[in-house]
Amino acid sequence: MTSPASLFQEMQERAESRWRELFDSGKPVILVGAATCGRAAGALEVLETLRTEMSRQGIDCPVVEVGCLGHCYAEPLVVISKPGYPAICYGYVNPVIAERLVKEFVLGENPCLEFVLGAMEPNDMIPSFGDFPRASYEKKIVLRNCGLIDPTDIDHYIASGGYSALARVLRMAPEEIIAEVKASGLRGRGGAGFPTGEKWEICRRAPGRSRYVICNADEGDPGAFMDRAILESDPHSAIEGMIIAAYSMGARHGYVYVRAEYPLAVEHVRIAVRQARKYGLLGRHILGTDFSFDIRLFQGSGAFVCGEETALIASLEGRAGMPRHRPPYPAIHGLFGKPTVINNVKTLATVPRIIENGAAWFAGIGTERSKGTAVFALAGKVVSTGLVEVPMGTTLREVIFDVGSGIPGGKHFKAVQIGGPSGGCLPEAALDLPIDFDSLTEAGAMMGSGGMVVLDEDDCMVEIARYFLEFTQRESCGKCTFCRLGTRQMLAILDDITKGKGTEQDIQTLRDLAEAVRAGSLCALGRTAPNPVLTTLRYFEDEYRAHIEEGRCPALMCRDLIAYYILPDRCERSCDACVGTCTVEAIFSNRQRIKVIDQEKCVKCDTCRTACPPQYDAIVRISPPSQVPAAKK
Amino acid sequence: MKTIHLTIDGKKVTAREGENLLWTALDNGIYVPNLCAMRDDPEPMAACRLCFVEVAGRDRPVTACTESVVEGMEVNTRGQAALKLARQGFELLMASHALDCAHCASNGSCELQQIARHLRVSLKPRRLRRMERGLPVDDSHSQFIYDPNKCVLCGRCVRVCREHLGSGVFGFAHRGFQRRVTTFADLPMGTTECDQCVRCVDVCPTGALVRRNGQPHSPATGASQSSSKTEQAPP
Repeated sequence: MTSPASLFQEMQERAESRWRELFDSGKPVILVGAATCGRAAGALEVLETLRTEMSRQGIDCPVVEVGCLGHCYAEPLVVISKPGYPAICYGYVNPVIAERLVKEFVLGENPCLEFVLGAMEPNDMIPSFGDFPRASYEKKIVLRNCGLIDPTDIDHYIASGGYSALARVLRMAPEEIIAEVKASGLRGRGGAGFPTGEKWEICRRAPGRSRYVICNADEGDPGAFMDRAILESDPHSAIEGMIIAAYSMGARHGYVYVRAEYPLAVEHVRIAVRQARKYGLLGRHILGTDFSFDIRLFQGSGAFVCGEETALIASLEGRAGMPRHRPPYPAIHGLFGKPTVINNVKTLATVPRIIENGAAWFAGIGTERSKGTAVFALAGKVVSTGLVEVPMGTTLREVIFDVGSGIPGGKHFKAVQIGGPSGGCLPEAALDLPIDFDSLTEAGAMMGSGGMVVLDEDDCMVEIARYFLEFTQRESCGKCTFCRLGTRQMLAILDDITKGKGTEQDIQTLRDLAEAVRAGSLCALGRTAPNPVLTTLRYFEDEYRAHIEEGRCPALMCRDLIAYYILPDRCERSCDACVGTCTVEAIFSNRQRIKVIDQEKCVKCDTCRTACPPQYDAIVRISPPSQVPAAKK
Repeated sequence: MKTIHLTIDGKKVTAREGENLLWTALDNGIYVPNLCAMRDDPEPMAACRLCFVEVAGRDRPVTACTESVVEGMEVNTRGQAALKLARQGFELLMASHALDCAHCASNGSCELQQIARHLRVSLKPRRLRRMERGLPVDDSHSQFIYDPNKCVLCGRCVRVCREHLGSGVFGFAHRGFQRRVTTFADLPMGTTECDQCVRCVDVCPTGALVRRNGQPHSPATGASQSSSKTEQAPP
């Protein structure tokens, strides 16, 4: 009988030779970032153009659809690696650029420097990604393969070192693996940060024969897309993590719980599972051993609460996705009443890397109590939005201003929202906080699963709190009193405040309600739902007070508290741009032909302000509306 | 099973190990506000969030319905932190309860009234906004009337009906603030498979389910017995 190691070695050799065939054939290879972020920006059109253009030119070179490189701001991305040149990444590619790249670089010898985003590796020709300021902070462990391999081809993953951790694990005793994961200090990446090794150990020791492993990919925070990107770009890393988890606690069945709103992730996981089965890495007798484990895919129907462990289990069991009281924890009493480990995609994707490089290597990254890296989906008012992986302990300032290149349009930073609806808004004073589980929790936010939304001076903090609360109260399952009714009451108060109808007493009531919902709710959704309100009250109470006491929105965002006004001395008079765009005919010319807004008719749609040519910049927002000088017909 | 000793509000109490703290307290004449708990539940519903008590050694109040008694446990049902949470939860429920005691068939036997007395709070929350759902009253059934606006979503009717009929006429529908007890496809109660046992009316703690003849609860139950067996229908 062949040993697992030699079986895997054969597999690896085959994969590596296929990889070499692709890249060392002497032909150029074109990679197109075709994850959801790329597709949204038009990657499929670019792909189509590349293929048509090449067949028209009679060129036959491989075009590979890869996942997300992390530079989502510059999508669609195309990487061309041509012999004699470093692999070059092009950003903001459209069909016209794609056509030129084929004609001039693939066919000709002009690397079209004007479209280059960066070279993939250091060279003496083109600045590489390594020269970007963000490169000195980034450390890719989970995102290691993202954007560099074809996620639908298991050989690409194996050729990049994938599944070697599994091959090694099969020779280890389960306790050894758990000890290794515990020693690494890995904590759950889903938000709460529970030590992963400990969870596995509890599950392994729980009585009973059946066990389950669940990969939680029910990512639902507004502005977060880490798990989606990983499953789309490198699904095998999470699957390998699941197999290792299953082996170490003796589970035979696993589920990937992924949102149905992520069709591409669903497809890639499905393909990955099928290929892993074909290779004998899943199913009966994995790599010829006595260990059997298989994975099924389950699509969640888009309820945010199903990210909560017990609700997720209820949903998997075919019941309504509603949480139950914990304990018993799922590690002891989980799916179908059996011990179940539920780990986030990022947690599972980290595990193979720990096995490959050793616990000490992983424990050497990050801070004292938070080891390893943090993956963030950087979004909002930041220049370089995208997927970022930095070691724990990196400061918020470094992530936002160095990795994310700061705030666009010369605006001022106001706050950063971390952890989505369960997290909080941290002000400028908190920018030097190191990113780790404990510092963020202490500041009132939460590590969360990795959403990071940057807010600038144009964002009203009351409105932000209202937005997130509207989300949580809509996503509340309605089972327990505090979450169902408490968040609703809080939303009503915030609604009133943003409309200028808030009262002095509302701030206290809001605070009391927030504390009550936090202390009284049944599950983590309710217990963390008040965080956006509590942090904005803590750091931005002056904005709440301006709304209530002066009827003024300092960020000029709350529609009921602002008015549009045309500055008479800046209006060009003969330009009718604003008049032409006003949808409700609220703008008229006075005797001097200066444009004036009829406040009664104005619906505050902001169209005129955008239409007013920048050299005049005559239209301003004023808050409170009573400050607008009266207009004469 | 082993007998253990604990104290509740200073009173020495014996119970079987692992027994539920809420029932232990109620069976010993110590009232803890509760709406959603039922004795035979396989696992606590833990939805109404009113049975908060303080347990020595725990840093925050816990719900009695989710606790098992252990030897030497010291429980305080009158702690300020626990009462505060219970009051806040109760206020939230009342802000969304169609309050009309004078015309309600449950007036006098309503558990909400009992809880208000126990917690010494008014039935009308002062600080909160009134949030009624304005749902239509269902009087299609020959035996009872269902007013969803008085429902506190404790789920007792849902569970008792499921237990009795196997499948159950009632169920929860929708989520968040829209969550309500209703029938399959929202059909009128009178058109369902209901076999008229009216146990649902007997277990309803409020005036959401009342008999047509105006009698809210069967005589054996009801809130008048504050000490024990507050909500179990007779077997």
